Amino acid sequence: MAGLLTKAAAKAFPKSLWLFHCNSGACNGCDIEILNVLTPYYDVERFGMKLVGSPRHADVMLLSGAVTRPTLPLVKRAYEAMPGPKLVFGIGSCAAGGGCWFDTYNVSGGGAAAVPVDYLIPGCPPRPEAIIFGVALALGLVEQKASPVELKQVEFPIDAYLRNKAWEERNVIYRLLKD
Amino acid sequence: MWLTSKIKQVVLALKPGTVTLKYPAEPRPAPKNFRGQPVWDHTKCIGCAGCADHCPARTILLRDICQDLRVLLYDGARCMYCGRCADLCPEKAIVMSPEYELATGDRNDMTQSLELFMLTCNRCGRCFDMEIKNVIDKLGLRGYRYDSLEARTVLRRTTDRLAPEVLDETGTFRRPEKIGG
Repeated sequence: MAGLLTKAAAKAFPKSLWLFHCNSGACNGCDIEILNVLTPYYDVERFGMKLVGSPRHADVMLLSGAVTRPTLPLVKRAYEAMPGPKLVFGIGSCAAGGGCWFDTYNVSGGGAAAVPVDYLIPGCPPRPEAIIFGVALALGLVEQKASPVELKQVEFPIDAYLRNKAWEERNVIYRLLKD
Repeated sequence: MWLTSKIKQVVLALKPGTVTLKYPAEPRPAPKNFRGQPVWDHTKCIGCAGCADHCPARTILLRDICQDLRVLLYDGARCMYCGRCADLCPEKAIVMSPEYELATGDRNDMTQSLELFMLTCNRCGRCFDMEIKNVIDKLGLRGYRYDSLEARTVLRRTTDRLAPEVLDETGTFRRPEKIGG
């Protein structure tokens, strides 16, 4: 029985992911949430994840912050130092798409400008649950919920013909004045 | 003596029990008034573009593709979930849903697009709400950078479009030094 369980667990988690936390000019909001995820309350170590101090030990880079111009080469170097295969989690709206600084002069417009971001976790900051959801998504424990939405007005909301007619009737007075 | 202290530790650790959440296994709804993903209601939207004007991250973009049709595009990757769009929507067509499980591998998964019918003004023959009112758009008329769908392909945005030699220069980037010091 125990052997079966270990087998199942080994199949579910073939390797433990070690995390490297890379702050590229974030406001510390996302960093606090990342540390929150590692506390016993949320406990991402259930999935075998562990925070390591060096990118050379890490499999996953947790990138927070819109990559600013001074940190851009550093983030690139940290990414290159990681042994492959490697993943990058863009945590927070800044790392995912640049946040409200996507256009700013000294910001490179999100984590995708510096390194290939594999998973985006938007939020400002994202809830710890949202980060755990992203992590579980990478491990294949949950199914993705976000999907593109396209909405269309199928019926014309106001009858244009009636509108035009009412407008003409309202302006009869001007015609009368002209005559 | 060390044994009693260990037993004491065990007792202390047993007292609070397990506090860890079983989150991915069990659902955990967001608290009340939580601002998650904004959701548009296309039956209520009148296309006034108030949300697009006031979005601080400019995630909401508008385009009039023809006289009667206006397209509203929401790019959720850089949305800050500040809820300003929902606050100022006159028709309450935007709701900040409690949905926060938005993690995805593709940035296009977070987009929403609306196609809205617009009316033609009988007096001037234009689409309603076509005038450029806000200051940012007026600056765009004078040549300042503006994030419109048309200009997106033309205008150079940020460092991700910079030439490779400029990107290499960032490796030796230094803070500006004090003059004479």
